[in-house]
Amino acid sequence: MCGTTVCRVLSHVLLDNSLGDGLADTILVCFMEMRKEVQRGWDETHFGKMGSYYINRTFFFDVHPPLGKMLIGLAGYLSGYDGTFLFQKPGDNYEHHSYMGMRGFCAFLGSMLIPLAYLTVLELSRSLSAALLTAALLTFDTGCLTLSQYILLDPILMFFIMAAMLSMVKYNSCANRPFSAPWWFWLSLTGVNLAGALGVKFVGLFIILQVGWNTLSDLWHLFGDLSLSMVTLGKHLTARILCLIVLPLALYIATYAVHFMVLNKSGPGDGFFSSAFQARLSGNNLHNASIPEHLAYGSVITVKNLRMAIGYLHSHRHFYPEGVGARQQQVTTYLHKDYNNLWIIKKHNSNSDPLDPSLPVEFVRHGDIIRLEHKETSRNLHSHYHEAPLTRKHYQVTGYGINGSGDSNDFWRIEVINRKFGNRIKVLRSRIRLIHLITGCVLGSSGKVLPKWGWEQMEVTCTPYLKETLSSIWNVEDHINPKLPNISLEVLQPSFPEIMLESHMVMIRGNNGLKPKDNEFTSKPWHWPINFQGLRFSGANDTDFRVYLLGNPVVWWLNLLSIALYVLSASVFAVAVQRGAHLPVEVEGLSQVLLRGGGQLLFGWMMHYFPFFLMGRVLYFHHYFPAMLFSSMLTGLLWDTLLRLCAWSLASYPLARCVHVLGILSLLLGTAYSFYLFHPLAYGMVGPLAQDPRSPMAGLRWLESWDF
Amino acid sequence: MLGFLQQPVMVTAEVNLNMVALTAVGLLSRLWQLAYPRAVVFDEVYYGQYISFYMKRIFFLDGSGPPFGHMLLALGGYLGGFDGNFLWNRIGAEYSSNVPVWSLRLLPALSGALSVPMAYEIVWELGFSHCAATGAALLLLIENALITQSRLMLLESVLIFFNLLAVLSYLKFCNSQKHRPFSPRWWFWLVLTGVACSCAVGIKYVGVFTYLLVLGVAAVHAWHVIGDQTLSNVRVLCHLLARAAALVVLPVLVYLLFFYIHLLLLCRSGPHDQIMSSAFQASLEGGLARVTQGQPLEVAFGSQVTLKNVFGQPVPCWLHSHQSTYPMIYENGRGSSHQQQVTCYPFKDVNNWWIVKDPGRHQLVVNNPPRPVRHGDVVQLVHGMTTRLLNTHDVAAPLSPHAQEVSCYIDYNISMPPQNLWRLDIVNRESDTDVWKTILSEVRFVHVNTSAILKLSGVPLPDWGFRQLEVVGEKLFRGYHESTVWNVEEHRYGRSQEQKERELELHSPTQVDISRNLSFMARFSELQWRMLTVRSDDSEHKYSSTPLDWVMLDTNIAYWLHPRTSAQIHLLGNVVIWASASLATLVYALLFIWYLLRRRRRVCDLPEDRWLRWVLAGALCAGGWAVNYLPFFLMEKTLFLYHYLPALTFQILLLPVVLEHISDHLCRSQLQRSLFTALVVAWFTSACHVSNMLRPLTYGDRSLSPSELKALRWKDSWDILIRKY
Repeated sequence: MCGTTVCRVLSHVLLDNSLGDGLADTILVCFMEMRKEVQRGWDETHFGKMGSYYINRTFFFDVHPPLGKMLIGLAGYLSGYDGTFLFQKPGDNYEHHSYMGMRGFCAFLGSMLIPLAYLTVLELSRSLSAALLTAALLTFDTGCLTLSQYILLDPILMFFIMAAMLSMVKYNSCANRPFSAPWWFWLSLTGVNLAGALGVKFVGLFIILQVGWNTLSDLWHLFGDLSLSMVTLGKHLTARILCLIVLPLALYIATYAVHFMVLNKSGPGDGFFSSAFQARLSGNNLHNASIPEHLAYGSVITVKNLRMAIGYLHSHRHFYPEGVGARQQQVTTYLHKDYNNLWIIKKHNSNSDPLDPSLPVEFVRHGDIIRLEHKETSRNLHSHYHEAPLTRKHYQVTGYGINGSGDSNDFWRIEVINRKFGNRIKVLRSRIRLIHLITGCVLGSSGKVLPKWGWEQMEVTCTPYLKETLSSIWNVEDHINPKLPNISLEVLQPSFPEIMLESHMVMIRGNNGLKPKDNEFTSKPWHWPINFQGLRFSGANDTDFRVYLLGNPVVWWLNLLSIALYVLSASVFAVAVQRGAHLPVEVEGLSQVLLRGGGQLLFGWMMHYFPFFLMGRVLYFHHYFPAMLFSSMLTGLLWDTLLRLCAWSLASYPLARCVHVLGILSLLLGTAYSFYLFHPLAYGMVGPLAQDPRSPMAGLRWLESWDF
Repeated sequence: MLGFLQQPVMVTAEVNLNMVALTAVGLLSRLWQLAYPRAVVFDEVYYGQYISFYMKRIFFLDGSGPPFGHMLLALGGYLGGFDGNFLWNRIGAEYSSNVPVWSLRLLPALSGALSVPMAYEIVWELGFSHCAATGAALLLLIENALITQSRLMLLESVLIFFNLLAVLSYLKFCNSQKHRPFSPRWWFWLVLTGVACSCAVGIKYVGVFTYLLVLGVAAVHAWHVIGDQTLSNVRVLCHLLARAAALVVLPVLVYLLFFYIHLLLLCRSGPHDQIMSSAFQASLEGGLARVTQGQPLEVAFGSQVTLKNVFGQPVPCWLHSHQSTYPMIYENGRGSSHQQQVTCYPFKDVNNWWIVKDPGRHQLVVNNPPRPVRHGDVVQLVHGMTTRLLNTHDVAAPLSPHAQEVSCYIDYNISMPPQNLWRLDIVNRESDTDVWKTILSEVRFVHVNTSAILKLSGVPLPDWGFRQLEVVGEKLFRGYHESTVWNVEEHRYGRSQEQKERELELHSPTQVDISRNLSFMARFSELQWRMLTVRSDDSEHKYSSTPLDWVMLDTNIAYWLHPRTSAQIHLLGNVVIWASASLATLVYALLFIWYLLRRRRRVCDLPEDRWLRWVLAGALCAGGWAVNYLPFFLMEKTLFLYHYLPALTFQILLLPVVLEHISDHLCRSQLQRSLFTALVVAWFTSACHVSNMLRPLTYGDRSLSPSELKALRWKDSWDILIRKY
């Protein structure tokens, strides 16, 4: 008896102080060595640079939504960073630049994960020891720690995910007091956090799906309650639509509004966007430019492909090499602005100079047969039945003829998408196709990069497949015609919804474009939960200061084991209930925690992990971390419940209660000790690599694939 | 005892004439003029080449699907006495007289024909009327796209057949569950479900979606069995075990059986050998087996070997060197060591031979007895023809500057010492003292000085490197990747002391003797893995389409055009059926949600048994449509209209179900019901009419005039071939 009392007292002391301690600890742990390391690690080059772009207000393109980078930029701005550091290659020194604000911001959000997880598990299990165990698992995980030390999007993303989860769980527990102040508070906070998660990275969608599923089952439950009138149900539904759909959507759109407002100067991202979009950016040559609106014969133009990052139709004084189709002048696409992008529109049948002031202006119309003459070399855009250099099923496109006179293979029919015959063609706005008259093929770019002989520009082909794909649609960007009045481009500026839509299309295509190349070492989703391989953050050689992103193997393997154990124990309980077994009251309560609370966490883990198996893009180890948070929470909840069950089943023996306390304590101490062993991974190590037996880390290389 | 004598022996037979009639018209519609056209139609050109391989028993690798489908087609060829001699290279080519067209097309046509009575059975087993069941069968019968697809040597109709068989036998199993569980009939249908599922998966990977659907429905039913408290625990366990055995274990075994037969049939080496590992190739007759037979197993100091890269991307290749050196300065201005090039070369060549040398000794011959090389030993690799040593050093590689250049060392006397020691790391070792074995061992070479790893970067070198593939010393990455792993393919013990003799020895073929056998599981897992990872490069096709085009039939595929007249075959569905099936799915979904919500508020529009019947029909038919259709949105391969046919079949089964439901439950008065019946009859007549109008494009038996063809082009997006005279 005496023993049990001591244990209980001990555990209470331990548990009561835990929240404050845990928080203080983690913040300390995160910040402890941040100051020491002044080299930039890994992706910091990327996101740090984007922070600078916000401060300098230059437009850039990134595959992620803007909120995360905006927050980084804001943190930098508030802490006095002036945006002048170049972020060129990993390993440069920060020198005098003030980077602490940005790092501190990320580290703060990263350390907030632990109290959030603590509160979530506490709410789900009503057990301090489960919550404490979860907090310890996350505090002592080297992976979470490493990821929160740098200027990255992941700590921000994980913060919003966890905050959304916590507020969802909180509003679930307010279900018995609907429409009370805390209920509204947690519901709308869920919405805010959802907007935050989606605003940082598109994978925030997974937590939205989870909350959506939770809301649906919640509504389904309410709907089955016959004591509620249809009016009350309507109120419930409206409240959720307002807080979980309208509010997040408004916030998400607002972040974009701010993003476009702040970034109003031309920058490195211009080429990815359409001509009309670029007209918004000051410094871009389309900004405030005034050009003639309708195409006429004799106009000098540049032609831009509508697919992202293909560029302008281009030609130069170099021939296709021997053995690659006909030995005529190359035609490519080129992303930068250049005199060689200029083409002159001519009539197919007359070579008279249309700019002769005595002749009337003649507009080009949809369906006209035209010739395009390259301005610098006076050769015509030409195609014929030779196979294209890279895409063998398409025809080659060349520059042909001398001083503008060629043959009938130079004739193209110009067509505007979705237009009847006879209309004029607008600069920037008209989406046009060029159809080769003789072969009937369509001018397009395959997006493949030509070898050295083509200066690594992109291949242009004439495709015989008449499908309307963006790669065969073009628009006219620059337009010079002295005979036509210039009009201001202001009228052509796209509206905000159009900008939103376009930037999303560009981002989605950018994401899909991130494909792994052959023979590249890529991380596979099945590697992640088993902690198969880490990611080098900085330093590669034995003389460097090295930081290596790798989960604490003790924590991660415990998580893995716990998922299996959870599935097993939950199915035992579920089958027992289905078979109509009568459980004692205590066990009934524990099984509810296990099935309901644990079920939500397991669902969260699955939602944040399994979709990666379907993704075709390049994947990295750090994509697993949101799922890892859920799996750690599940571990905390599971072990606490199982130990309580053990204690209950041994209740007849003295000291039985100690089983629970001792179990929790040994798990806590075990993870703490493993953190002591593995902490150099996160805080950095110098000296020989671990495969060298002289290295102090040699004994810790438990898997051969760990290369720290 | 002689009781049977006191009763007369009775045979009672019940013949459902509906079924007989449906089977007969099904056979008629699918088998009529089956051997016409006597030319290669569309994808027959693709499946045909594999049939020829089966007939000649030559090994091939096809990434498009598991081998069962190909084997079924080949069975048709075998029964027709096909010898495999036909050049499958062009759509529209006339078949020569040795090709038994009729028997090649017979199996798909039979499966298509039998799908018709099966549709009848499924709707009947779902608990709907004979009228609805006949309707479903007739709709399948007159669906033009299904007719076209089953009359040719293609696999979709066989896939549909097994999909329907799986659903049907599961329903039969379910219905006998209510009366007599564990009866022979119960067992028969349960086992047949499992077998049909694995046949469907064995034909095309997409069959797995129907399998998952059946598994899902079975899991829900099993959960009800668990909840049934009238059954004892032991009985519940028996139920669960029987289901697990028949629906999980059995399909896996049957799937393995397909591969077993496949590998048993294809025992000769062929054009796709190169993709497989050396060990696999050695298990085939001819090819590498002939070369590697009788090679010494253990690599010893002094062995002459060729080293093949295990990853083999972009092409399988061997470690290679030749007289040429790296250019002093590359195009981009970086310098090289100007030493002898080391590359990876995709063809057999005398320059692929390397000699394993002990760093402590000078001789290049094998001692007697041979001293085997073990894991962890330090070796030098001598290039056989130039006797230079494999070397790497801190010079950037030509095309992958983050990695080290690998060269054969030439001493230019410029204080750049040779660094030619490599530690052997056997990746698939069982113990740390394992011996390096020919073909079987997968090894890595770790550079002793810099701990770089010999790796194939896969980038083709420019002209100075003869477009061979670059080989580098990888410093950064030390984890496992197949491109750093090599195996010995050809091997012999070196005997010649002198360089001249050695060159002669290298040119001579290796000696012949015993063969090495891989276990079936090893061969299966390798073959399956390669099939899943092999990539087809062409992603563009004139008739490719997107899933959104399918629902309303916005696309078609021209299969065949008569060489002289304008008789042509198209994959073109019956628009009326497609549109009304899609509409029926929508109506079902809306009605289902409506009923579900009202049941939740305790308003029961349908009696309990009707409701369960309605849900099960939806789960199997609408569910079958969804699982066979929606995953295509996530697929990145080239898609065609025929990928939609399995989904369409399930959707068509749903049509009569919805119609009967509307007539029984939503038509309030007798008058409404009669009106509705009249409407249905009118609709069905129009479907028949459309089917008849499209018949010339389905069978390709009649040449239409250009104006008739133009009149048939009901949608602008349809591509009907009109000859210009």
